[in-house]
Amino acid sequence: MKQLALSKLNELFAAMAAQQQLYIPADKGGQAQFLPYVDGMELTKSLNTARSAKDLFFPQTEDIVGFQVKGTEITIEETRDPGAPFVVFGVRACDARSFEILDRVFLSDPVDTFYETRRTNGTVVTLACTRPEETCFCGAFGIDPANPGGDAAAWMAGETLYLKANTKKGEKLLSSLPLLADCDDNAVETVQAEIHAITEKLPLNKLDLTGFDGDHLMEHFNNPAWSKLSESCLGCGTCTFVCPTCQCYDVRDFDTGHGVRRFRCWDSCMYSDFTMMAHGTNRPTQKERFRQRFMHKLVYFPSNNDGIYGCVGCGRCLAKCPISMNIVKVAKTLGEGTK
Amino acid sequence: MQVNNEFKPTIVAFCCNWCSYAGADLSGTNRLNYPANVKIIRVPCSCRVNPMFILRAFQRGADGVIICGCHPGDCHYTTGNYYARRRMTLLFSMLDYLGIEKGRTRVEWVSAAEGAKFAATMNEFVETVTKLGENKRLEDLRCKN
Amino acid sequence: MQELIKAKAIELLENGTVDRVLGWKTGEFFYDLTPAVFTSREEIEKDFVYSVFSGANLSKYLVKESRKDGKVAAFLKPCDTYSFNQLLKEHRIWRDHVHVVGIACDGMCDMEKIRAYGAKGVLSVERDGDTLKLETLYGPMTMNKADAEAERCICCKSRKLVAYDEKIGEDGDVIENSGRFDMVAKLEAMTPDERYAFWQGELSKCIRCNACRNVCPACTCEKCVFDNPKSGIAQKAAVNSFEESMYHIIRAFHVASRCTDCGECSRVCPQNIPLHLLNRKFIKDINELYGEYQSGADLETRPPLMNFTQEDCEPSVVYERGGKQA
Repeated sequence: MKQLALSKLNELFAAMAAQQQLYIPADKGGQAQFLPYVDGMELTKSLNTARSAKDLFFPQTEDIVGFQVKGTEITIEETRDPGAPFVVFGVRACDARSFEILDRVFLSDPVDTFYETRRTNGTVVTLACTRPEETCFCGAFGIDPANPGGDAAAWMAGETLYLKANTKKGEKLLSSLPLLADCDDNAVETVQAEIHAITEKLPLNKLDLTGFDGDHLMEHFNNPAWSKLSESCLGCGTCTFVCPTCQCYDVRDFDTGHGVRRFRCWDSCMYSDFTMMAHGTNRPTQKERFRQRFMHKLVYFPSNNDGIYGCVGCGRCLAKCPISMNIVKVAKTLGEGTK
Repeated sequence: MQVNNEFKPTIVAFCCNWCSYAGADLSGTNRLNYPANVKIIRVPCSCRVNPMFILRAFQRGADGVIICGCHPGDCHYTTGNYYARRRMTLLFSMLDYLGIEKGRTRVEWVSAAEGAKFAATMNEFVETVTKLGENKRLEDLRCKN
Repeated sequence: MQELIKAKAIELLENGTVDRVLGWKTGEFFYDLTPAVFTSREEIEKDFVYSVFSGANLSKYLVKESRKDGKVAAFLKPCDTYSFNQLLKEHRIWRDHVHVVGIACDGMCDMEKIRAYGAKGVLSVERDGDTLKLETLYGPMTMNKADAEAERCICCKSRKLVAYDEKIGEDGDVIENSGRFDMVAKLEAMTPDERYAFWQGELSKCIRCNACRNVCPACTCEKCVFDNPKSGIAQKAAVNSFEESMYHIIRAFHVASRCTDCGECSRVCPQNIPLHLLNRKFIKDINELYGEYQSGADLETRPPLMNFTQEDCEPSVVYERGGKQA
């Protein structure tokens, strides 16, 4: 384990940024987001970013390929961003777990090479949550905010920053930073105990998810409560776009007037034209769209992925939904149905 | 502001079928010159011009957009240009509010008999937009070559 | 207030005036209320909440609810009644199927503001007159309600109920000099470069979740042009700065002269974009150029963009009166 005085945090950032592109959560436009580090940039005081760390690996839009049309000739253009190594500092435990979920989708056959490139290039340095919010419920998914994972993990305790490598990539990064001093591995035990004392008190942390598995699929699917739950859903894409694990996308063509830019962009199962195909009979009402989102996270995903839920309890949808309908309310309501 | 003499702006002119479009014809038959970079799009009435048309013109590379209609009171459909007048006033004001140069958009009333006015208006508008330079604030980079 | 409203809701249901009641349903915390339809005394007693967090404007739900059989009671705050009137004017709500109970409001609170004030891990919020008592994970704290009020409520335009069948609480007045155009005026006084930088900074945050459109009581098109793949401009994501500007300009323009300035767009924006500043610009311009107009204030006046006079100013007026130039 390594340590550094917190007063030297900016020196650490500068040293990392000198090696490769560095992203840190900083305040801009009234809220925290991951931004490319520039000298003097301050780490946000917010618990988490408004948008998740998923953006850095699976951006909202990215160009796939371009076509140039000249007369009767069409040439294909490579528009792929070749990518370069980067570090993202300050990822919370929930977002760090979301990468494991995204990996299961994008790195299974056929591999999504755009995502793979970014995962190979990126080094994730996580940060333990010393002051969780009431909307946090990562504990329900077995995530420990005192042990945040990633390639390297960081803790802030008093005036000191502690860092510990978890993977080879993390080790390489930490060993390349001479300003870090060695220290004892149990230096963070106190702060971990403090975090655990708070997570014990989190009201949603013990969300009961028994019965959310493939065996109860039809029971959940046919639960009459869906109509009530979805009745005031606006059908906007807020929950899906702030979610660290939502991974659906659409591929679209943009006519530039002299060619085509083919790009992919996030899609939302809350939208009426989601998975609209030639048959034209995709999910017809908001109830079905709403059901799809929560069934996917709580039932379909775990039954196809060794019981791992498609939610990490980051609480973003709890804070951002315009009508405050969210996965906790859904899980509690449906949970009653299978008891 | 530096004037780039090389720069030839692309101008889109939405012209009402019943007046300005004929006015453009008249200026042609009278052999009056107006710049060739004015692209005319014929519309049935100035009030057919949806704000989206104007934004789309900028997206696809226009540096200035002008809407030409019948003089107030002379609308072929009696009142269309009165509505267009309010809409365009508010839209232009909004574009200005968003920081987009206000010289890039204009409305002119040009009748079928005013060939000379049409040519003069276009010459003047092209000059204004040339001074403003390329449209940077409402451009879509994907549409650039 | 909450008890009066709940009693009224139960009374209306039980005396057969209505079959359903539209209100706010309790959540996991005290602030996360969800609009909901109640059909029984039990549901109302258990879950109905009216508090400083009942910010959601219920009028748009009536577009759907009023088309169902039977009658629905809706509890509308003053600003919601403006939206209700505007929807009636556009024939979007079946008036016969709605029983409106107007309720007094003295300003709603915004959880984001409470968090920005420094409250972390808020477990409950209780109102005691002008103060809010917060229970948080890190100990109790109090704050002034005024510091927690939503931006739209700080410069509230009217506490007057403009449409109701019956009301609970005292009816207020239209507030002159609410100061709601102050920020618009401030932007107008900037240079175009500053304004451009301000709006690019704000609009570039947009993630195109469409929450502003979907919540807006003036946005009731059956199929939005931005959802129609045949329109050529349907986009699911914010692709570049042009897309974001176009979406917001077109949306603001489409609701211009119909927007009642209820402020829902800014309330729901997950990226905290001050969208109301676009709508207020149109309202301010309309007031200055075509005479004072408040949409939703009555059912008769023609909206300014569906009206004209022969003496209207020319669009060139913008060159002289618009915002400051470089």
